[in-house]
Amino acid sequence: MALDPVDWHGRWNHIKKLLERGGPFAHPDFEASPETLGFILESCKILVIGAGGLGCELLKDLALLGFRKIDVIDMDTIDVSNLNRQFLFRRSDVGKPKAECAAAFVNARVPGCEVTPHYAKIQDFDSSFYRQFHILVCGLDSIVARRWINGMLISLLNYEDGMVDQQSIIPMVDGGTEGFKGNGRVILPGMTACVECTLELYPPQVNFPMCTIAHTPRLPEHCIEYARVLLWPQEKPFGEEVNIDGDDPQHIKWIFEKSLERAREYQITGVTYRLTQGVVKRIIPAVASTNAVISAACATEVFKLATSCCPPLNNYVNFNDTEGVYTYTFEIERKEDCPVCSQVPQPLNFSEDSKLQEIIDYLTESTTYQMKSPGITTMIDGKNRTLYMQTIQSIRQRTKENLKKSLQELGLTHGQEIYVADPTTPNALVFKLNFTTDMEHK
Amino acid sequence: MSGEKESLDKTRKYDRQLRLWGDHGQCALESAKVCLINATATGTEILKNLILPGVGSFTIVDGKKVTGEDVGNNFFLDKDKIGESRAQVATDLLLELNEDVTGNFMEESPELLLERNPEFFDTFTIVVAVDLPERVLHKLSGHLWEKDIPLMVVRAYGLIGSIRLVAREHTVIESHPDNAHEDLRLDRPFPGLTQYCDSLDLSTMKKKDHSHTPWLVIIFKYLQIWKEQHGGAAPKNYKEKNEFKKLIQQGVLRNEEGVPEVEENFDEAINNVNVSLVPTSIPSAVQNIFNDSECVNLQPESKPFWILARAVKDFVESVGEGALPLRGTIPDMTADSERYIQLQQVYRQQAAVEAEWVANRVQQLLQSLGKSKDTITEADVKLFCRNASFLRVLQYRSIAQEYDPATAKIGELVGNIEESDEDDAIWYILLRAVDKFYADFNRYPGVYDDQVEADIPKLKTCLAKLLHEYGNVYNIKDDFVHEMCRYGAAEIHSVASFLGGVAAQEAIKIITGQFVPMNNTYIYNAMKQTSVTVEL
Repeated sequence: MALDPVDWHGRWNHIKKLLERGGPFAHPDFEASPETLGFILESCKILVIGAGGLGCELLKDLALLGFRKIDVIDMDTIDVSNLNRQFLFRRSDVGKPKAECAAAFVNARVPGCEVTPHYAKIQDFDSSFYRQFHILVCGLDSIVARRWINGMLISLLNYEDGMVDQQSIIPMVDGGTEGFKGNGRVILPGMTACVECTLELYPPQVNFPMCTIAHTPRLPEHCIEYARVLLWPQEKPFGEEVNIDGDDPQHIKWIFEKSLERAREYQITGVTYRLTQGVVKRIIPAVASTNAVISAACATEVFKLATSCCPPLNNYVNFNDTEGVYTYTFEIERKEDCPVCSQVPQPLNFSEDSKLQEIIDYLTESTTYQMKSPGITTMIDGKNRTLYMQTIQSIRQRTKENLKKSLQELGLTHGQEIYVADPTTPNALVFKLNFTTDMEHK
Repeated sequence: MSGEKESLDKTRKYDRQLRLWGDHGQCALESAKVCLINATATGTEILKNLILPGVGSFTIVDGKKVTGEDVGNNFFLDKDKIGESRAQVATDLLLELNEDVTGNFMEESPELLLERNPEFFDTFTIVVAVDLPERVLHKLSGHLWEKDIPLMVVRAYGLIGSIRLVAREHTVIESHPDNAHEDLRLDRPFPGLTQYCDSLDLSTMKKKDHSHTPWLVIIFKYLQIWKEQHGGAAPKNYKEKNEFKKLIQQGVLRNEEGVPEVEENFDEAINNVNVSLVPTSIPSAVQNIFNDSECVNLQPESKPFWILARAVKDFVESVGEGALPLRGTIPDMTADSERYIQLQQVYRQQAAVEAEWVANRVQQLLQSLGKSKDTITEADVKLFCRNASFLRVLQYRSIAQEYDPATAKIGELVGNIEESDEDDAIWYILLRAVDKFYADFNRYPGVYDDQVEADIPKLKTCLAKLLHEYGNVYNIKDDFVHEMCRYGAAEIHSVASFLGGVAAQEAIKIITGQFVPMNNTYIYNAMKQTSVTVEL
């Protein structure tokens, strides 16, 4: 293979050994050949989602594994507290968009690498954007975002005679970390368990009960939540309509001082500035090492998926180095009736006297769906009708009275298809209304 | 930047990690000096993960020049510096990561430096070595073992990796276990707890107080009732515990219609019956610490850890009556603020009294050893007592012990592998075989394409010779030998980066004395994303 002018002698010696030599542990489809390196260098398009703790590591790893056509999406700007691990950023970069800084750094350090940054949200792109990539790899800190991108990839699948068309599958490698714990997984949409299949792996965040915060505080956290949730809206210390900005030291200082007052009243010890910030911003501790580990595992998987030099992870690994170094690897199974990837219609079992609010509550509270702010539409007499939508103020005003109406009153019938939109999914989920005589819910 | 402003800024920068190891852990990290031998991709990745969190300083020892191959897999080398000192180029690029860290280099072969001036290594907190031939490893590890300086040896080899940690004796006070049992003493209540619980009378309480009485108190009271009914014994088995739960259930207030009210504190009490009936005991790891000769026979050179351990042991054997000093914390539970804080105070006060006994004992011991009072502070004692259940001591075997046929455990390893060749420990054997190959042929197997096939039988022979040296005869499947030749000592960046993360955190554990390091060899299999830790 002729030397690309941007390359130099010996540059790819290390990875060539995996690509130009077969071995007993390679993927059955693997054929040792110099063409695989060519594919990685010239054609393989990777999308990295997130340019933070995991994203910086992923970009470095992928670039040094030979990937050149890399896009990266991140909607955030750089903060001082990122600098202990997000190593593509310097102090002088604070305030700049992460995606742009990360791309510039890697492109300068790794000649020939073309990282294209997108300072945007994943939701700003549609299927035509995502369809162009061979593999996706995510370093997200949000379950909602994971579910959204998962939904997007599932929506790109083509089915023929009930079988998924392999060409339409875009593999997704997903990593997550928290302190000294982390996990990585390989998702082949339509074939292996998807994010939604395993929603129970992400239990909803537990908040402190309001009555504890308001009447019986015992922990310093209760005092902080009191200041954040009750006092701030009452006292509006920085003006009407000014919401808490966790990154504004003035805001944190105000909450900290009010928390101390509350704590003093009840003789509770332990309120510190650090704790206050942690509670208000829901801070998750983070170090460079765990991010390096999980990203590296994910990058290795991307490399395997792109080259077949070795079979990919099947399909989930847990990591924890609090005590010794522990990994646990296992195969997560698909959920047969997964709302997103199974193509099985989802039933909504309610009596016709149930109020629409009950359906909303079910969708948000059930561990199967864990929706954030569902909006419901349906077809009545051939016309699309919005029953309730809370994400747009004017529509919410118009439709909120429907919440108190019964399904029958709203003109819904047994077997009717209901479409539910939510931030956790790019396309509406389809449910089938199933009138029951009892107040039975699935 | 002024001192105060600088420290505030560092607090902001390191905020996310300070929440894990605290300001004192950070202090230890910032006082540490790390030596890296060889600035390969694996080496620089390890350093990166130490520099970013703020390690005090680092020194790279590397005699090699930067090659094209090096730049291809190493983020901290530059193609324009091919031919220059690898140590220098890597140092420069690594220093860009954190302005708080100082770094320098020695452009010299580690083997020659070890020959010429082994004391060079004596000032380091920990030495990290990559890409060392066996003969240099033995010299280095022998010297560091003598000087009691921790050593970590890391290798990335194709899709396999290994980390070996040597630290002689490593003590941990703050192990931060993920799932710690509470220290509530319901099986042997201290007088303050009894007094407090006795001062409350559930039967005369109105609903508000009744529903907000801490579950701790509820279990205490019902335990009293149960013991009266059962000759002084606590519920023993599954059947009795269920009856006990039912007894508590009966205590729930009822309304005028006789329907039980919702009393979350009673629900919590019932849910906590099993856990609170577990007898107070001393974990075996801590028992072993007390029985260790270093605890029993204190010397003037004894580390503070052992003096503290001895004081706690003396506590256990006298006023502690077989129990460790009280931890002094209680979990959150449904309760009104006032009584929760009162109960919390009861535990805190008892813990303080017991810690004070230990502190006095520590001073006595220090005096008898002719050491200054300030060797161990009150804060040290409090920290130690709070963590008494979580103390750990790790003894490491040396590299010499690992390799010496008289003491090697490689035979055990082979025995386990025979059960299942899914065991990742098999790769340790192959890495040892590859080192033998290097010793014989002065190169690794399969480095060049035309060597791969021919090296397979050669590596197989090395493997057989290796096992024979340890008195083993085992036929490891040819597949594994073939795969090692395929790798040709390739250092894949993502494998190097994975190991860089794991190894750096092990180094941080050694440096800060917090969390528990592994003991002593970690094998990583990137093919299956599995790993195993073995003691060799």
